[in-house]
Amino acid sequence: MKMAAQAAGLFATYDIPDFFCELLNRGDIPPPDLKLVRDRLAHFDLAELRRRAAAVEAQFYRLGITFTVYSDREAIDRVLPFDVIPRVLTALEWDHVERGVQQRVRAINLFLHDIYHDRHILNDGVVPRDLVLGNANYCQAMVGLDVPGGVYVHINGTDLVRDRDGRFLVLEDNARTPSGVSYVLEDRQMMLRLMPDLARGLNIRPVDEYGPRLHRALAEVAPIGVDNPQVVLLSPGIYNAAYFEHVFLAREMGIPLVEGRDLMVEDGRVYMRTVAGPRPVHSIYRRLNDDFLDPQVFNPDSMLGVPGLVDAYRRGNVTLANAIGTGVADDKAVYAYMPRIIRYYLDEEPILTNVETHICAEREGLDYTLANIERLVVKPVGESGGYGLLIGPHATQSELDEFRALLRANPANYISQPVINLSVSPTLCPTGVEARHVDLRPFAVTGRDTWVLPGGLSRVALRKGSLVVNSSQGGGSKDTWVLAS
Amino acid sequence: MTQVSVFPAPVMPGLRNLLSRYAESTMWLSRYMERIENLARLIEVTSTSVSATNLDAGWDSVIRINADEGLFFQHHEAATERSVVAFYIIDANNPDSIVSMARYARENARVLRPLISTEMWMHLNVFTRWVMELGPNDVGAGYLSGLCTRLKQDCQTHFGITEGTLYRDQAWLFYILGKNLERADQITRLIDIKYHTLLPSGVGVGSDIDMSQWTSVLRSAAAYHAFRRVLPEGMTPANIVGFLLKNDGFPRSLSTSLRSVYSVLGSLAGEYRLRHCAPIIERVEELRVTLAEQTVEDIILRGLHEYMDWIQRELRQIQNEIAHAFWPPAVSVQPIGPGRMEQIQD
Repeated sequence: MKMAAQAAGLFATYDIPDFFCELLNRGDIPPPDLKLVRDRLAHFDLAELRRRAAAVEAQFYRLGITFTVYSDREAIDRVLPFDVIPRVLTALEWDHVERGVQQRVRAINLFLHDIYHDRHILNDGVVPRDLVLGNANYCQAMVGLDVPGGVYVHINGTDLVRDRDGRFLVLEDNARTPSGVSYVLEDRQMMLRLMPDLARGLNIRPVDEYGPRLHRALAEVAPIGVDNPQVVLLSPGIYNAAYFEHVFLAREMGIPLVEGRDLMVEDGRVYMRTVAGPRPVHSIYRRLNDDFLDPQVFNPDSMLGVPGLVDAYRRGNVTLANAIGTGVADDKAVYAYMPRIIRYYLDEEPILTNVETHICAEREGLDYTLANIERLVVKPVGESGGYGLLIGPHATQSELDEFRALLRANPANYISQPVINLSVSPTLCPTGVEARHVDLRPFAVTGRDTWVLPGGLSRVALRKGSLVVNSSQGGGSKDTWVLAS
Repeated sequence: MTQVSVFPAPVMPGLRNLLSRYAESTMWLSRYMERIENLARLIEVTSTSVSATNLDAGWDSVIRINADEGLFFQHHEAATERSVVAFYIIDANNPDSIVSMARYARENARVLRPLISTEMWMHLNVFTRWVMELGPNDVGAGYLSGLCTRLKQDCQTHFGITEGTLYRDQAWLFYILGKNLERADQITRLIDIKYHTLLPSGVGVGSDIDMSQWTSVLRSAAAYHAFRRVLPEGMTPANIVGFLLKNDGFPRSLSTSLRSVYSVLGSLAGEYRLRHCAPIIERVEELRVTLAEQTVEDIILRGLHEYMDWIQRELRQIQNEIAHAFWPPAVSVQPIGPGRMEQIQD
């Protein structure tokens, strides 16, 4: 890191290990606006930054921006830490991400239509038939059903990371009910209130269009022939982990937040219970998993859903966003095929590449994984996702041997990837401003076309060296600035 | 299903009807906040009047006003200041305590978050957290008056923020409805209990002790100065009861609360075309007529307790009819969600 001594200031002791840092170790000549942010930050006094961080904390605490722990009702109001140093993306970087996300969403929607209709991609042997049709998230109720506009994934979150060279890589797709967008909007408000001097005069792409855009998209995909569609947000209720976000989005869209018990189905049509009696509902932004939607079709014990909802949906009287059965598309095993899926439907090269992934179901992938296991992350796919994962560089010899045996016994259950040196971003820590790993989740909204919210959720692993950005494991968030020029 | 559909023609353009569950929560939010304010007032006045006159009856009457004899005497030998105050402010096992009610209020507000202003939520959240952290040391005699003042002020702040920020649609009307039904209920309970606690005692009517008790009744209803202004010389039990029941200018009188309930129901039926209002309006109208047609002397002569009792039954009936009209139990087999909170009324 080379920086004029007088400009170092806040970053004087900033120690960047061998990672890409968007602010201080980019490997290019940064555009003027980014340089300006860096210089302004450098002149901040650490104590002043801490004072502002404390003010942010108090604000968020009082607002009750929270995530809930189901088992502990008293712990209902916990605060997701917010870092006062923004993460900045250049216009060039964003253009790339935006086009890549749009391309991916297009391919995912075509893929979902295909696997629930003619299954060309399976018949052509591009994606293994069992992987899709045998997938736990494949939904029989969707077979042959035409959804408005062919849109299955109306709201998509693409988890991106950057490697040592600053290249954006897709870590995973979230095509079911991705969450976190409320933090993007709240973080921005907070940031502009607390750091006006940092943002002054900069041309930062706004984020407050999200609500109206989402509402418009949901209205666009309402059943055909409905003039003034009633859109609602279906939430599991006040004890759900993401209830704050449900409230936030309902407000941003100006629509009612309903629970399952607020809805009823009569003659294949959906109504909400109001003080004036039942009123028709046409488009449902549901934040309820497939399994809980309709006890008549899925989990019969679910008390959160609406009996008869799937029937109304199949009759085309109501639109669900996202559609049912989209979980096949964000499955870890299907992920590995995503570059091929993009090429198959769009006849284009993927703009955003996957993390290099070896599919152990294939001979080549299995051989490579077995030979290089000590340098790889080996992940089980399908239902067991997230559990029983092996991080080669951190594993003991016996763990490696054990995984080799597992791989040989059931290769189709695994994929492997190299360990990525995630990019870092300067972050206010107890010991000063330090480098912490970040990821990025841009949100794409699809109605008639696909719009990507400029920026997205930047999560930061607050523990030194940690690569885990999840809020349940010491993760925080940062405001993400997309520079307009 | 029957042939006749219960579903009316398409929504009137521009008319947005409130979700039943929101209406219910709005009403209970204002009821709980109103109840907390009344209780804080009652505790504060009781603590000062008891210490001035050295009567035990004061603390006992707080329990009787809230009809909590059963629960209270399960856990306490006697109604002392210490036990009653703890029971009503910090005892989380008592559903009628301020800490319990603050939590119910906040839970209802949580349901209403899509509807209410951020300021409303923020204030309620901070208020509830503060109440939940109160311990036995915070409710000792030396702190009680300051504590009650803060509780009252927080309720008033809540009402002020709501007045200044809540959008004026059906939700606002249900909010006003809840607040006034609660006030009507509270004032009749107060009169009922205080009148019978104080009047037939060995002490002569009109004596100094009696007078100070009546002053405390007025103060409990925040009515002392208003009463002095209207009837500077007329501090008699009948005048005080009459003032609290029938004075149209006093914001917490029964007649004022009923007038407001009546007008809100009229708006729901008229402006918002909500059905099922007519029988409820009729019931309220009848209450108002019986109140207007009788002098307070008539009421006392025929039996104040019976009259208060009847009004409270009617108020409960109104509450039930409102619930039945605007948030009827699900017609289908759909079960009620696990997070469902019980609305505690009596």
